[in-house]
Amino acid sequence: MIRVTLPWHLRNLARTDSEVVLDVSGEITQRTVLDALEDAYPMLRGTIRDHVTSKRRPFLRFFACEEDLSNELPDAPLPDAVAKGTEPFMVVGAIAGG
Amino acid sequence: MSGVRVLVGTRKGAFTLESDGKREKWEVNGPHFGGWEIYHLKGSPADPNRLYASQSTGWFGQLIQRSSDGGKTWEPVGNKFVYDGVPGTHQWYDGTPHPWEFKRVWHLEPSLTDPDHVYAGVEDAAIFQTSDGGQNWTEMPGLRGHGSGSKWTPGAGGLGLHTIVLDPSNLKRMFIAISAAGAFRTDDGGATWKPINQGLRSEHIPDPTAEVGHCVHRIAMHKSRPNTLFMQKHWDVMRTDDAGESWREISGNLPTDFGFVVDVHAHDPETIYVVPIKSDSEHFPPDGKLRVYRSKSGGEEWEALTKGLPQQDCYVNVLRDAMAVDSMDSCGVYFGTTGGQVYASKDGGDSWMSIVRDLPAVLSVEVQTLK
Repeated sequence: MIRVTLPWHLRNLARTDSEVVLDVSGEITQRTVLDALEDAYPMLRGTIRDHVTSKRRPFLRFFACEEDLSNELPDAPLPDAVAKGTEPFMVVGAIAGG
Repeated sequence: MSGVRVLVGTRKGAFTLESDGKREKWEVNGPHFGGWEIYHLKGSPADPNRLYASQSTGWFGQLIQRSSDGGKTWEPVGNKFVYDGVPGTHQWYDGTPHPWEFKRVWHLEPSLTDPDHVYAGVEDAAIFQTSDGGQNWTEMPGLRGHGSGSKWTPGAGGLGLHTIVLDPSNLKRMFIAISAAGAFRTDDGGATWKPINQGLRSEHIPDPTAEVGHCVHRIAMHKSRPNTLFMQKHWDVMRTDDAGESWREISGNLPTDFGFVVDVHAHDPETIYVVPIKSDSEHFPPDGKLRVYRSKSGGEEWEALTKGLPQQDCYVNVLRDAMAVDSMDSCGVYFGTTGGQVYASKDGGDSWMSIVRDLPAVLSVEVQTLK
Protein backbone atom coordinates (compact mmCIF):
# COMPACT_ATOMS: atom_id res chain seq x y z
CA MET A 1 0.00 0.00 0.00
CA ILE A 2 1.48 3.31 -1.13
CA ARG A 3 0.25 6.62 0.19
CA VAL A 4 0.31 9.67 -2.09
CA THR A 5 -0.63 13.22 -1.19
CA LEU A 6 -1.67 15.64 -3.89
CA PRO A 7 -1.89 19.44 -4.06
CA TRP A 8 -5.31 20.98 -3.61
CA HIS A 9 -6.08 21.50 -7.30
CA LEU A 10 -5.23 17.91 -8.18
CA ARG A 11 -7.28 16.55 -5.29
CA ASN A 12 -10.22 18.50 -6.66
CA LEU A 13 -9.58 17.23 -10.16
CA ALA A 14 -9.36 13.63 -8.98
CA ARG A 15 -12.35 14.18 -6.67
CA THR A 16 -10.53 12.82 -3.68
CA ASP A 17 -10.49 14.64 -0.38
CA SER A 18 -7.42 13.33 1.29
CA GLU A 19 -4.46 11.07 0.81
CA VAL A 20 -4.66 8.61 -2.08
CA VAL A 21 -3.86 4.98 -1.34
CA LEU A 22 -2.54 2.81 -4.15
CA ASP A 23 -1.57 -0.79 -4.70
CA VAL A 24 1.71 -0.78 -6.58
CA SER A 25 3.35 -3.98 -7.70
CA GLY A 26 7.05 -4.50 -8.19
CA GLU A 27 9.71 -2.02 -7.24
CA ILE A 28 8.49 1.20 -5.68
CA THR A 29 9.83 4.11 -7.72
CA GLN A 30 8.58 7.50 -8.84
CA ARG A 31 7.63 5.95 -12.13
CA THR A 32 5.71 2.96 -10.77
CA VAL A 33 3.90 5.09 -8.20
CA LEU A 34 2.91 7.75 -10.71
CA ASP A 35 1.91 5.11 -13.27
CA ALA A 36 -0.37 3.54 -10.66
CA LEU A 37 -1.71 6.95 -9.67
CA GLU A 38 -2.58 7.80 -13.28
CA ASP A 39 -4.15 4.39 -13.84
CA ALA A 40 -6.40 4.94 -10.84
CA TYR A 41 -7.09 8.59 -11.69
CA PRO A 42 -6.76 9.05 -15.48
CA MET A 43 -7.72 12.70 -15.26
CA LEU A 44 -4.32 13.35 -13.64
CA ARG A 45 -2.44 12.31 -16.78
CA GLY A 46 -0.41 15.20 -18.06
CA THR A 47 -0.84 17.27 -14.89
CA ILE A 48 2.16 15.91 -12.97
CA ARG A 49 4.31 14.61 -15.82
CA ASP A 50 4.50 15.85 -19.38
CA HIS A 51 2.54 13.61 -21.74
CA VAL A 52 5.39 13.28 -24.21
CA THR A 53 8.57 13.35 -22.17
CA SER A 54 7.18 11.98 -18.89
CA LYS A 55 9.28 14.62 -17.14
CA ARG A 56 8.03 16.22 -13.92
CA ARG A 57 6.26 19.48 -14.63
CA PRO A 58 8.55 22.35 -13.61
CA PHE A 59 6.40 23.82 -10.83
CA LEU A 60 5.80 20.51 -9.05
CA ARG A 61 8.11 18.82 -6.56
CA PHE A 62 8.26 15.34 -5.08
CA PHE A 63 8.94 15.09 -1.35
CA ALA A 64 9.10 12.11 1.01
CA CYS A 65 10.60 11.46 4.43
CA GLU A 66 11.62 15.11 4.69
CA GLU A 67 13.70 14.86 1.53
CA ASP A 68 13.31 16.52 -1.85
CA LEU A 69 13.28 13.67 -4.35
CA SER A 70 12.29 15.84 -7.31
CA ASN A 71 15.52 15.38 -9.20
CA GLU A 72 16.02 11.70 -8.45
CA LEU A 73 15.88 9.39 -11.44
CA PRO A 74 12.33 8.16 -12.09
CA ASP A 75 13.39 4.53 -11.73
CA ALA A 76 15.36 5.02 -8.51
CA PRO A 77 13.81 3.18 -5.53
CA LEU A 78 11.81 5.39 -3.18
CA PRO A 79 12.61 5.29 0.55
CA ASP A 80 11.60 2.14 2.45
CA ALA A 81 9.13 4.13 4.54
CA VAL A 82 7.24 5.06 1.36
CA ALA A 83 7.38 1.48 0.08
CA LYS A 84 6.03 0.22 3.42
CA GLY A 85 3.30 2.86 3.53
CA THR A 86 4.44 4.47 6.74
CA GLU A 87 5.27 7.73 4.98
CA PRO A 88 3.48 9.34 2.02
CA PHE A 89 4.95 10.24 -1.35
CA MET A 90 4.10 13.91 -1.62
CA VAL A 91 3.35 15.74 -4.86
CA VAL A 92 3.75 19.40 -3.98
CA GLY A 93 2.94 22.53 -5.96
CA ALA A 94 5.78 25.01 -5.88
CA ILE A 95 5.12 28.34 -4.23
CA ALA A 96 5.39 30.78 -7.09
CA GLY A 97 3.94 34.05 -8.13
CA GLY A 98 4.64 36.11 -5.02
CA MET B 1 -39.13 30.22 -22.83
CA SER B 2 -36.12 31.56 -24.64
CA GLY B 3 -33.10 32.84 -22.82
CA VAL B 4 -29.45 33.64 -22.99
CA ARG B 5 -26.44 31.98 -21.43
CA VAL B 6 -23.15 33.89 -21.37
CA LEU B 7 -20.01 31.79 -20.94
CA VAL B 8 -17.16 33.68 -19.33
CA GLY B 9 -13.56 32.50 -19.07
CA THR B 10 -11.36 34.35 -16.57
CA ARG B 11 -7.88 34.25 -15.09
CA LYS B 12 -9.24 32.36 -12.09
CA GLY B 13 -12.13 30.25 -13.26
CA ALA B 14 -15.20 29.97 -15.47
CA PHE B 15 -18.62 31.51 -14.95
CA THR B 16 -21.99 31.15 -16.62
CA LEU B 17 -24.40 34.08 -16.61
CA GLU B 18 -28.01 33.27 -17.39
CA SER B 19 -31.09 35.31 -18.10
CA ASP B 20 -34.50 34.91 -19.64
CA GLY B 21 -35.36 36.55 -22.93
CA LYS B 22 -35.79 39.93 -21.30
CA ARG B 23 -32.08 40.03 -20.40
CA GLU B 24 -32.68 42.26 -17.40
CA LYS B 25 -31.96 39.99 -14.43
CA TRP B 26 -28.95 37.72 -14.48
CA GLU B 27 -27.95 34.72 -12.44
CA VAL B 28 -24.22 34.32 -11.98
CA ASN B 29 -22.98 30.74 -11.59
CA GLY B 30 -19.44 29.84 -10.67
CA PRO B 31 -16.60 29.88 -10.29
CA HIS B 32 -16.06 26.58 -12.01
CA PHE B 33 -12.44 25.36 -11.86
CA GLY B 34 -11.55 28.10 -9.36
CA GLY B 35 -7.96 29.21 -9.50
CA TRP B 36 -7.38 27.93 -13.04
CA GLU B 37 -7.01 30.07 -16.15
CA ILE B 38 -9.94 29.50 -18.47
CA TYR B 39 -8.79 30.81 -21.81
CA HIS B 40 -12.03 29.88 -23.53
CA LEU B 41 -15.28 28.00 -23.21
CA LYS B 42 -17.88 27.52 -25.88
CA GLY B 43 -21.10 25.64 -26.53
CA SER B 44 -21.95 23.38 -29.43
CA PRO B 45 -24.27 24.96 -32.01
CA ALA B 46 -25.72 21.48 -32.52
CA ASP B 47 -26.46 20.86 -28.83
CA PRO B 48 -26.51 23.89 -26.53
CA ASN B 49 -26.13 21.73 -23.44
CA ARG B 50 -22.76 20.50 -24.66
CA LEU B 51 -20.01 22.88 -23.56
CA TYR B 52 -16.25 22.66 -23.72
CA ALA B 53 -13.74 24.58 -21.62
CA SER B 54 -9.99 25.08 -21.87
CA GLN B 55 -8.50 24.98 -18.37
CA SER B 56 -4.81 25.49 -17.64
CA THR B 57 -2.20 26.68 -15.20
CA GLY B 58 1.55 26.90 -15.20
CA TRP B 59 1.62 24.28 -12.45
CA PHE B 60 -0.52 21.51 -13.90
CA GLY B 61 -0.64 22.21 -17.63
CA GLN B 62 -3.66 21.84 -19.86
CA LEU B 63 -7.03 20.24 -19.18
CA ILE B 64 -10.16 20.12 -21.29
CA GLN B 65 -13.50 20.03 -19.49
CA ARG B 66 -16.81 18.98 -21.03
CA SER B 67 -20.35 19.57 -19.83
CA SER B 68 -23.46 17.85 -21.12
CA ASP B 69 -25.94 19.82 -19.03
CA GLY B 70 -25.26 23.41 -19.95
CA GLY B 71 -22.47 23.94 -17.47
CA LYS B 72 -24.04 22.61 -14.29
CA THR B 73 -21.60 19.70 -14.10
CA TRP B 74 -18.32 19.07 -15.86
CA GLU B 75 -16.01 16.16 -16.53
CA PRO B 76 -12.37 16.24 -17.61
CA VAL B 77 -11.75 14.68 -21.01
CA GLY B 78 -8.58 14.19 -23.02
CA ASN B 79 -5.71 16.63 -22.57
CA LYS B 80 -3.03 15.02 -24.72
CA PHE B 81 -2.02 17.46 -27.45
CA VAL B 82 0.93 15.99 -29.31
CA TYR B 83 2.16 17.49 -32.56
CA ASP B 84 2.01 15.24 -35.58
CA GLY B 85 5.28 13.55 -36.52
CA VAL B 86 8.57 15.29 -35.85
CA PRO B 87 7.52 18.71 -34.55
CA GLY B 88 10.27 20.69 -36.28
CA THR B 89 11.00 24.31 -35.48
CA HIS B 90 9.59 27.79 -35.83
CA GLN B 91 11.50 31.02 -35.51
CA TRP B 92 12.35 32.24 -32.01
CA TYR B 93 12.53 35.88 -30.92
CA ASP B 94 16.25 36.00 -31.65
CA GLY B 95 15.82 34.59 -35.13
CA THR B 96 17.05 31.11 -34.28
CA PRO B 97 15.03 27.94 -34.89
CA HIS B 98 13.01 26.89 -31.85
CA PRO B 99 11.24 23.54 -31.36
CA TRP B 100 7.47 23.58 -31.35
CA GLU B 101 6.28 23.16 -27.77
CA PHE B 102 2.67 22.76 -26.71
CA LYS B 103 1.73 25.31 -24.06
CA ARG B 104 -2.04 25.74 -23.93
CA VAL B 105 -5.34 25.76 -25.78
CA TRP B 106 -6.41 29.28 -26.63
CA HIS B 107 -9.66 28.59 -28.42
CA LEU B 108 -12.21 25.79 -28.75
CA GLU B 109 -14.56 25.83 -31.73
CA PRO B 110 -17.25 23.13 -31.73
CA SER B 111 -18.42 21.90 -35.12
CA LEU B 112 -21.59 23.46 -36.48
CA THR B 113 -23.23 20.04 -36.87
CA ASP B 114 -21.71 17.50 -34.47
CA PRO B 115 -21.43 18.08 -30.70
CA ASP B 116 -18.59 15.57 -30.46
CA HIS B 117 -16.46 17.29 -33.10
CA VAL B 118 -14.40 20.21 -31.87
CA TYR B 119 -11.44 22.18 -33.17
CA ALA B 120 -8.78 23.51 -30.82
CA GLY B 121 -6.38 26.35 -31.53
CA VAL B 122 -3.22 26.00 -29.47
CA GLU B 123 0.10 27.63 -28.57
CA ASP B 124 2.64 26.98 -30.13
CA ALA B 125 0.39 27.56 -33.09
CA ALA B 126 -1.41 24.53 -34.43
CA ILE B 127 -4.94 23.31 -34.89
CA PHE B 128 -6.16 20.06 -33.36
CA GLN B 129 -9.50 18.30 -33.62
CA THR B 130 -11.46 15.67 -31.76
CA SER B 131 -14.33 13.60 -33.09
CA ASP B 132 -15.14 11.79 -29.85
CA GLY B 133 -16.21 14.61 -27.59
CA GLY B 134 -12.73 15.58 -26.52
CA GLN B 135 -11.35 12.22 -25.44
CA ASN B 136 -8.70 12.14 -28.16
CA TRP B 137 -7.11 15.05 -30.00
CA THR B 138 -5.12 14.88 -33.23
CA GLU B 139 -3.30 17.64 -35.02
CA MET B 140 -4.36 18.80 -38.47
CA PRO B 141 -0.77 18.96 -39.67
CA GLY B 142 -1.38 20.70 -42.98
CA LEU B 143 -1.42 24.09 -41.28
CA ARG B 144 1.90 23.85 -39.50
CA GLY B 145 3.25 22.05 -42.53
CA HIS B 146 2.50 25.03 -44.68
CA GLY B 147 5.77 26.20 -46.19
CA SER B 148 5.90 29.29 -44.02
CA GLY B 149 5.65 27.46 -40.68
CA SER B 150 9.35 27.58 -39.96
CA LYS B 151 9.22 31.39 -40.27
CA TRP B 152 6.41 32.00 -37.81
CA THR B 153 7.60 34.02 -34.83
CA PRO B 154 5.71 34.48 -31.57
CA GLY B 155 4.30 37.85 -30.63
CA ALA B 156 4.68 39.18 -27.10
CA GLY B 157 1.74 37.03 -26.04
CA GLY B 158 3.13 33.88 -27.56
CA LEU B 159 2.66 32.00 -30.83
CA GLY B 160 -1.02 31.30 -30.27
CA LEU B 161 -3.66 30.12 -32.71
CA HIS B 162 -6.50 32.09 -31.18
CA THR B 163 -9.22 32.41 -33.80
CA ILE B 164 -11.15 29.69 -35.63
CA VAL B 165 -14.07 30.70 -37.87
CA LEU B 166 -16.17 28.01 -39.56
CA ASP B 167 -18.00 28.66 -42.82
CA PRO B 168 -21.63 27.60 -42.39
CA SER B 169 -22.14 27.38 -46.15
CA ASN B 170 -19.14 25.15 -46.78
CA LEU B 171 -18.11 22.74 -44.05
CA LYS B 172 -14.73 22.18 -45.68
CA ARG B 173 -13.78 25.84 -45.38
CA MET B 174 -12.47 27.47 -42.25
CA PHE B 175 -10.40 30.47 -41.32
CA ILE B 176 -7.85 30.72 -38.53
CA ALA B 177 -5.56 33.43 -37.17
CA ILE B 178 -2.22 33.22 -35.41
CA SER B 179 -0.20 35.80 -33.47
CA ALA B 180 2.09 36.77 -35.08
CA ALA B 181 1.86 34.82 -38.33
CA GLY B 182 -1.44 36.05 -39.76
CA ALA B 183 -4.63 34.59 -41.18
CA PHE B 184 -4.98 31.30 -43.07
CA ARG B 185 -7.79 29.51 -44.87
CA THR B 186 -8.48 25.91 -45.76
CA ASP B 187 -10.94 24.87 -48.47
CA ASP B 188 -10.47 21.13 -48.08
CA GLY B 189 -11.38 20.47 -44.47
CA GLY B 190 -7.97 21.27 -43.10
CA ALA B 191 -5.75 19.15 -45.34
CA THR B 192 -4.09 22.19 -46.90
CA TRP B 193 -4.00 25.86 -45.94
CA LYS B 194 -3.04 29.12 -47.58
CA PRO B 195 -2.07 32.43 -45.98
CA ILE B 196 -4.67 35.11 -46.65
CA ASN B 197 -2.87 38.30 -45.73
CA GLN B 198 -2.86 40.21 -49.00
CA GLY B 199 -3.64 43.83 -48.24
CA LEU B 200 -2.49 43.77 -44.64
CA ARG B 201 0.21 46.27 -43.82
CA SER B 202 2.22 46.00 -40.60
CA GLU B 203 4.90 48.59 -40.03
CA HIS B 204 6.48 46.64 -37.18
CA ILE B 205 7.79 43.83 -39.43
CA PRO B 206 10.69 44.16 -41.88
CA ASP B 207 8.49 43.77 -44.96
CA PRO B 208 5.20 45.51 -44.06
CA THR B 209 3.30 43.57 -46.73
CA ALA B 210 4.87 40.16 -46.17
CA GLU B 211 2.89 37.01 -46.88
CA VAL B 212 3.11 36.01 -43.20
CA GLY B 213 4.16 37.75 -39.99
CA HIS B 214 1.11 39.94 -39.35
CA CYS B 215 -0.27 40.15 -35.84
CA VAL B 216 -3.93 39.42 -36.41
CA HIS B 217 -5.94 39.81 -33.21
CA ARG B 218 -9.39 38.60 -34.20
CA ILE B 219 -11.61 37.76 -37.18
CA ALA B 220 -15.40 37.79 -37.29
CA MET B 221 -17.97 36.65 -39.86
CA HIS B 222 -21.71 36.94 -40.30
CA LYS B 223 -23.17 33.56 -41.14
CA SER B 224 -25.15 34.94 -44.08
CA ARG B 225 -22.03 36.32 -45.79
CA PRO B 226 -19.22 33.82 -45.33
CA ASN B 227 -16.96 35.54 -47.88
CA THR B 228 -16.98 38.74 -45.85
CA LEU B 229 -14.67 38.83 -42.87
CA PHE B 230 -13.81 41.62 -40.48
CA MET B 231 -10.43 41.73 -38.78
CA GLN B 232 -9.02 43.60 -35.83
CA LYS B 233 -5.32 43.56 -36.54
CA HIS B 234 -2.68 44.74 -34.05
CA TRP B 235 -3.18 48.11 -35.67
CA ASP B 236 -5.92 48.57 -38.31
CA VAL B 237 -9.45 47.28 -38.68
CA MET B 238 -9.72 45.40 -41.98
CA ARG B 239 -12.35 43.86 -44.23
CA THR B 240 -12.38 41.29 -47.01
CA ASP B 241 -15.27 40.40 -49.30
CA ASP B 242 -13.52 37.58 -51.12
CA ALA B 243 -12.78 35.16 -48.29
CA GLY B 244 -9.44 36.70 -47.50
CA GLU B 245 -7.97 36.95 -50.99
CA SER B 246 -7.64 40.69 -50.45
CA TRP B 247 -8.17 42.98 -47.47
CA ARG B 248 -8.84 46.68 -47.23
CA GLU B 249 -8.67 48.97 -44.25
CA ILE B 250 -11.94 50.23 -42.74
CA SER B 251 -10.59 52.01 -39.65
CA GLY B 252 -12.10 55.28 -40.89
CA ASN B 253 -12.84 57.70 -38.07
CA LEU B 254 -11.97 55.44 -35.14
CA PRO B 255 -10.06 57.31 -32.41
CA THR B 256 -7.42 54.58 -32.59
CA ASP B 257 -7.38 51.48 -34.71
CA PHE B 258 -5.52 49.34 -32.19
CA GLY B 259 -7.64 46.82 -30.32
CA PHE B 260 -8.44 43.18 -29.90
CA VAL B 261 -12.12 42.38 -30.44
CA VAL B 262 -14.34 42.65 -33.48
CA ASP B 263 -17.80 41.19 -33.92
CA VAL B 264 -20.82 41.38 -36.22
CA HIS B 265 -24.47 42.10 -35.39
CA ALA B 266 -26.54 38.91 -35.45
CA HIS B 267 -29.09 40.19 -37.97
CA ASP B 268 -27.28 42.88 -39.94
CA PRO B 269 -24.07 41.76 -41.63
CA GLU B 270 -22.98 45.36 -42.20
CA THR B 271 -23.16 46.33 -38.53
CA ILE B 272 -19.91 45.65 -36.72
CA TYR B 273 -18.37 46.41 -33.34
CA VAL B 274 -14.86 47.10 -32.05
CA VAL B 275 -13.43 48.43 -28.80
CA PRO B 276 -10.57 50.82 -29.60
CA ILE B 277 -7.60 50.56 -27.26
CA LYS B 278 -5.13 53.43 -27.04
CA SER B 279 -2.03 51.66 -28.30
CA ASP B 280 0.12 48.56 -28.12
CA SER B 281 2.17 50.35 -25.49
CA GLU B 282 -0.82 51.34 -23.34
CA HIS B 283 -3.42 48.60 -23.25
CA PHE B 284 -6.36 50.71 -22.06
CA PRO B 285 -9.07 52.82 -23.68
CA PRO B 286 -8.23 56.33 -24.89
CA ASP B 287 -8.94 59.13 -22.40
CA GLY B 288 -10.06 56.69 -19.70
CA LYS B 289 -13.39 56.24 -21.52
CA LEU B 290 -14.66 52.76 -22.30
CA ARG B 291 -16.36 53.07 -25.67
CA VAL B 292 -17.63 50.47 -28.06
CA TYR B 293 -17.58 51.72 -31.63
CA ARG B 294 -20.27 50.59 -34.04
CA SER B 295 -20.33 50.90 -37.79
CA LYS B 296 -23.62 50.33 -39.57
CA SER B 297 -21.96 50.60 -42.96
CA GLY B 298 -19.49 47.74 -42.73
CA GLY B 299 -16.68 50.00 -41.61
CA GLU B 300 -15.17 53.45 -42.29
CA GLU B 301 -17.99 55.36 -40.52
CA TRP B 302 -18.04 54.62 -36.79
CA GLU B 303 -20.08 55.92 -33.88
CA ALA B 304 -19.13 55.79 -30.23
CA LEU B 305 -21.49 53.85 -27.95
CA THR B 306 -21.15 55.12 -24.40
CA LYS B 307 -24.51 54.94 -22.62
CA GLY B 308 -24.02 52.86 -19.50
CA LEU B 309 -20.26 52.47 -19.95
CA PRO B 310 -17.73 54.25 -17.71
CA GLN B 311 -16.62 57.52 -19.27
CA GLN B 312 -13.92 58.49 -16.84
CA ASP B 313 -11.02 56.83 -15.06
CA CYS B 314 -11.47 53.54 -16.89
CA TYR B 315 -8.25 51.73 -17.72
CA VAL B 316 -9.28 48.16 -18.47
CA ASN B 317 -8.59 46.15 -21.60
CA VAL B 318 -10.93 43.99 -23.66
CA LEU B 319 -9.13 40.89 -24.87
CA ARG B 320 -9.53 39.25 -28.25
CA ASP B 321 -12.01 36.51 -27.37
CA ALA B 322 -14.04 38.66 -24.99
CA MET B 323 -16.90 39.91 -27.20
CA ALA B 324 -19.91 38.04 -28.52
CA VAL B 325 -23.48 38.61 -29.71
CA ASP B 326 -26.74 36.80 -29.12
CA SER B 327 -29.37 36.23 -31.79
CA MET B 328 -32.48 37.43 -29.97
CA ASP B 329 -34.82 39.60 -32.06
CA SER B 330 -33.09 42.66 -30.68
CA CYS B 331 -29.46 41.63 -30.97
CA GLY B 332 -27.57 41.51 -27.67
CA VAL B 333 -23.89 42.44 -27.54
CA TYR B 334 -21.62 41.38 -24.69
CA PHE B 335 -18.02 41.97 -23.71
CA GLY B 336 -15.77 41.38 -20.73
CA THR B 337 -12.87 43.40 -19.38
CA THR B 338 -9.61 42.74 -17.64
CA GLY B 339 -11.19 44.55 -14.70
CA GLY B 340 -13.68 41.73 -14.29
CA GLN B 341 -16.77 43.45 -15.64
CA VAL B 342 -19.11 41.86 -18.14
CA TYR B 343 -21.20 44.42 -20.00
CA ALA B 344 -24.32 43.65 -22.00
CA SER B 345 -26.45 45.59 -24.41
CA LYS B 346 -29.85 44.23 -25.37
CA ASP B 347 -30.42 46.89 -28.01
CA GLY B 348 -27.54 46.35 -30.39
CA GLY B 349 -25.19 48.60 -28.48
CA ASP B 350 -27.36 51.68 -27.92
CA SER B 351 -27.21 51.21 -24.14
CA TRP B 352 -25.22 49.01 -21.79
CA MET B 353 -25.45 47.54 -18.33
CA SER B 354 -22.99 45.52 -16.31
CA ILE B 355 -24.16 41.98 -15.66
CA VAL B 356 -21.41 41.42 -13.13
CA ARG B 357 -18.67 43.77 -12.02
CA ASP B 358 -16.02 42.02 -9.98
CA LEU B 359 -14.94 38.80 -11.64
CA PRO B 360 -11.29 37.97 -12.17
CA ALA B 361 -9.83 39.39 -15.39
CA VAL B 362 -12.03 38.25 -18.26
CA LEU B 363 -10.28 36.29 -20.99
CA SER B 364 -13.24 35.21 -23.11
CA VAL B 365 -16.97 35.76 -23.55
CA GLU B 366 -19.29 33.57 -25.60
CA VAL B 367 -23.07 33.69 -25.81
CA GLN B 368 -25.66 31.01 -26.35
CA THR B 369 -29.16 31.97 -27.42
CA LEU B 370 -31.44 29.33 -25.96
CA LYS B 371 -34.73 28.66 -27.72
